[in-house]
Amino acid sequence: MGHYLLRRLAIAVPSLLGISVVLFTVLALAPGDPFSEMALNPNIPPEVQANLRLKFGLDDPIWQRYFRWLLAMFHGDWGFSFISRVDVDTLILQRVPVTLAVIGASQVVALLIALPVGIYSAARPYSWFDRIASTLAFVGFSLPTFFTGLLLILLFSIKLDWLPFVFRSDIAATGWQWWWEHLKQAIMPVMVLGLFQGASWTRYVRSAVLDVVRLDYVTTARSKGLRERAVIMKHVVRNALIPVVTLVALTMPQVFGGAIVTEQIFRVPGIGSLLIDAILRNDTPVVMAVTFVFSCLVILFNLIADLLYGWLDPRISYR
Amino acid sequence: MRRVSPAAEAWRRFRRHKLAVAGLIVLSVMVLMVAFGPLFWRISVNDIDFSARLQTPTRAHPFGTDDLGQDIFARMLYGGRISLAVGLAAMTMALLVGVTIGAIAGISRGAVDAALMWLTDLFLSLPQLPLLLILIYLFRDALKAAFGPEVGVFLLIVLVIGGFRWMPVARLVRAQFFSLREKEFVEAARALGASVPRQVVRHILPNSLGPVIVAGTIDVAAAIIAESTLSFLGLGFPPDIPTWGRILYDSKEYLDIAPHWALFPGTAIFLAVLTINFVGDGLRDALDPRKVL
Repeated sequence: MGHYLLRRLAIAVPSLLGISVVLFTVLALAPGDPFSEMALNPNIPPEVQANLRLKFGLDDPIWQRYFRWLLAMFHGDWGFSFISRVDVDTLILQRVPVTLAVIGASQVVALLIALPVGIYSAARPYSWFDRIASTLAFVGFSLPTFFTGLLLILLFSIKLDWLPFVFRSDIAATGWQWWWEHLKQAIMPVMVLGLFQGASWTRYVRSAVLDVVRLDYVTTARSKGLRERAVIMKHVVRNALIPVVTLVALTMPQVFGGAIVTEQIFRVPGIGSLLIDAILRNDTPVVMAVTFVFSCLVILFNLIADLLYGWLDPRISYR
Repeated sequence: MRRVSPAAEAWRRFRRHKLAVAGLIVLSVMVLMVAFGPLFWRISVNDIDFSARLQTPTRAHPFGTDDLGQDIFARMLYGGRISLAVGLAAMTMALLVGVTIGAIAGISRGAVDAALMWLTDLFLSLPQLPLLLILIYLFRDALKAAFGPEVGVFLLIVLVIGGFRWMPVARLVRAQFFSLREKEFVEAARALGASVPRQVVRHILPNSLGPVIVAGTIDVAAAIIAESTLSFLGLGFPPDIPTWGRILYDSKEYLDIAPHWALFPGTAIFLAVLTINFVGDGLRDALDPRKVL
């Protein structure tokens, strides 16, 4: 297992480097540079500007700038937010836990929907349950997250007045009250993301289980007298989950996209809403750093998926 | 035996999928409405009427009005053109890039294939929405200056969305090429002295198009969602181009007093995406016989 982990890590590092090259190229190709506004400022003499450009190495060849940037990122020197007046890494560290909590909870919700519904549908293909579930799954992943968010706000916050629609991180209450308030305000963002993911995963689970159910070893399990329940749970599901894990890993970038939208709708103070704020305020260092963090998270989740894959399918580890 | 053309056979299979047929009908109605609606519904998109602010649907304004008294129905008809056009253009772009890369990788094997697939995998693991936002943030002003606000933003959004959706198509095409390349009819063409481009264009590509068409349909839906998401975040089209996502963005602050303003464009996006997905599902049944149980 340790060997396998090392090998997957060795694959993850080049993709991280690749992403950093893409990011940096995009930034370098973009018109204008951080000092273009200064050039218009008559109070700053040209010599000072030239010195500043020299100090930050803006006129060096692009590959030198790339390596300098990479080294700085590596050392934890992520730059300084022009707007919030704090270091970018502290800003991001404050926000990451919220995002991870929301995403994590919504993934759990999605799994709780997708696994039972998908398996039950596939065990009885083309039954009424299967038809209704498949249609609902279609509806679920055709509903864009921003619209579901608005619908939930309309229903639960405005019409029924049950749940708050602005996420607050400064809740004064303590103890159980504090947990209760947090739970109440987290329900809607988590459900928006969870329902969307759950709908698309239901389809994956259903088709993966259908593929496995027809295999010979399942017939063998049935004909040796195992109960249907044991056949599905012990023999089918574990093997059906292998392709599902791959597909789930492939949809991780989408999950983070959905998280950005959800955080923005409900004003959840995570890195997604930080990114949007930074973009709207032209806060380039924060924009770059948050995007890089998103890339790292995507790769991290891919790595976790690979590990799960190795656990579900022991043949993989030895190859 | 009666001869049945492949197209008729596909249409027969497509018709068996009831939801796909229903989706096709609803989608056609929507496309006809946004294409020809503005010719018949003569209220201008930008007519401001403060005496009719935030009205709920009435006879004069079937979808109500917004905070400036603009007719939401007229705005949606006009904006729908752009939303759907973005979807189609981005799909075309994704298919062009995807088919090209997939075909090159599929026919050339070896190092070229490995490099192209590495690139595909890299793009698949990029966080798309953040990058989309960054690209728009960085290049919006330059393109606006070069092509004017409408065309510039349209080009940027289409290029960026299309540029992030070609990977599944490339993988599909490559896989198709791998199996088709070894088939007898391609071998026959090779034996008759057909050059590699001729083998690809004339024999392999037409036979690999079925799954590509299905993927392309789904891509239209995904591109519509992506454009609406950008507009909803306030980073898509400017306010005077009311795409469905943009109308939704404007309506956000008035959700409590004018819910109709958000419900109509939201439902339009949802219906467009849902029907396109159903049509894609029907096409999969029609064009990919192996998938049918």
